[in-house]
Amino acid sequence: MVENRPWMTWITHLVLLGGVLLVAFPLWVAFVASTHPGQNLLSGVMPLLPGDRLFENYATVLGVGLKASGGVPVGLMMMNSTVMALSIAVGKIVISIVSAYAIVYFRFPFRMLCFWTIFVTLMLPVEVRILPTFEVVADLGMLNSYAGLSIPLIASATATFLFRQFFLTVPDELTEAARVDGAGPFRFFVDILLPLSRTNIAALFVILFIYGWIQYLWPLLVTTDESFYTIVMGIQRMVTVADAQPQWHLVMATAVLAMLPPVAVVVAMQSLFVKGLVETEK
Amino acid sequence: MYKRVTFRDPLLPYLLVLPQMAITLIFFIWPASQALYQSLLRQDAFGLRTQFVGLENFARLLGDPLYLNSFQVTLVFSLAVTFSGLAFGLLFAVMADRVIKGAATYKTLLIWPYAVAPAIAGVLWWFLFNPTIGILAYLLRSIGYDWNHAVDGTDALILVIVAATWKQVSYNFLFFLAGLQAIPKSLIEAAAIDGAGPARRFWTIVFPLLSPTTFFLLVVNMVYAFFETFGVIHATTSGGPGQATTILVYKVFNDGFIGLDLGSSAAQSVILMAIVITLTMIQFRFIERRVQY
Repeated sequence: MVENRPWMTWITHLVLLGGVLLVAFPLWVAFVASTHPGQNLLSGVMPLLPGDRLFENYATVLGVGLKASGGVPVGLMMMNSTVMALSIAVGKIVISIVSAYAIVYFRFPFRMLCFWTIFVTLMLPVEVRILPTFEVVADLGMLNSYAGLSIPLIASATATFLFRQFFLTVPDELTEAARVDGAGPFRFFVDILLPLSRTNIAALFVILFIYGWIQYLWPLLVTTDESFYTIVMGIQRMVTVADAQPQWHLVMATAVLAMLPPVAVVVAMQSLFVKGLVETEK
Repeated sequence: MYKRVTFRDPLLPYLLVLPQMAITLIFFIWPASQALYQSLLRQDAFGLRTQFVGLENFARLLGDPLYLNSFQVTLVFSLAVTFSGLAFGLLFAVMADRVIKGAATYKTLLIWPYAVAPAIAGVLWWFLFNPTIGILAYLLRSIGYDWNHAVDGTDALILVIVAATWKQVSYNFLFFLAGLQAIPKSLIEAAAIDGAGPARRFWTIVFPLLSPTTFFLLVVNMVYAFFETFGVIHATTSGGPGQATTILVYKVFNDGFIGLDLGSSAAQSVILMAIVITLTMIQFRFIERRVQY
């Protein structure tokens, strides 16, 4: 701080506290709602302190689900979300790191063509090519499968670029030394490049896990079979029940469960998360 | 662009790029070209005959009041989300940059909504604003405003703007904080010695020096508001009431999957692609030569 102004320090803390409360308020209300019996939420003013149904409500959603919306247990949905998020994160990292390796460390015909083809995918988010992508996946028979949920989302220009940028900073002397010692391209990749990329891989993994977990539109399109619902899209089936108020206490328990894993990842691996976020956007 | 020291192998590099190229071609390039092609076709109501109609789908869209309305909704929505998100992000970042005690704690408590899915953010705020039991709707009623997003289009639009902004503030906060920490402290000190107060220092030194970050975030937030907020709207208002919250992405989905109007949906996809490509180009040009003073 440049100069000491006590009242400014007060304002600073006040604004930050306000921000923290503003950000946390919806989460708190959701948590409180998820600890009350259903009828408490249907009449009058919403309570602001937790009730006594924490375990009952969470046990119900995890094990049984909501009857009015098909009764898919949320535990199953969370499993599906985990499988999807992990496959997307691992798949993206694997295919991007090997293609970045090829583009940086080899000279071959059509190298630039490959580079630009990958680059173009930056500009084609799934939202703008919904129908034709759906048709491709349907023709390949990948609807209602983990492959259909994850494979179309694992091509990523950002991860490839991140690894490319990183490989370009690896000194040429390392490559030369490895070659003098008789290491081929495979050996060099496994023994030198991979260990050097460890932090980048970890940072990317955090970002991509969150990316995979919060997907909404894609699972909505490719799953009609309830046993493949992910939690983020499944919650939508719970709130749109016909002719009735949703069972808010159970919906909010599901919402809390849907937020828990990715938020825990961000909080626990904050420095990796920040690194990943800042570097993938460069 | 590439290394001085490279490996030589006739086959290996192709094998290495093969998985990514295959997925890109099958799930990105081919569907995008299909969208381009289908945008020039028209199917009859039963899907039996398809004929080539040239640019007619586009012409019909641009003459369609519903589509133009959706354009307008998208514009209002994305500008509101972008500006309020940037304003809050900047405010918190400036404060977090000043604070000495507890900076790390504040940071953790402010960034976690990044990991919340837009659809979940929508459901949370939808619950808070629920006309019968929502606590915010109750507060609004007690000050004399009858909130009902199921009936009132403006209320519904405000609801999705608040939800979309809430999720995005943490992202802007992180990037603004990084930008602020990169500003040399000596500049600020020099200004303070010359007698400039905090407000003046902010507007004449800090804010201009932040312009690369601000510009970058402007583009990223526009892309976010245009495309990634689908979940917020689909899980809560479903584009209604009327067409009050039907943004372009929601309309593509709705016309294609619910209305089954393939030609029109494809034409809308093509227009959206043009918008994304323009925004991405702007972003890349800017990254090439950052806005500098």
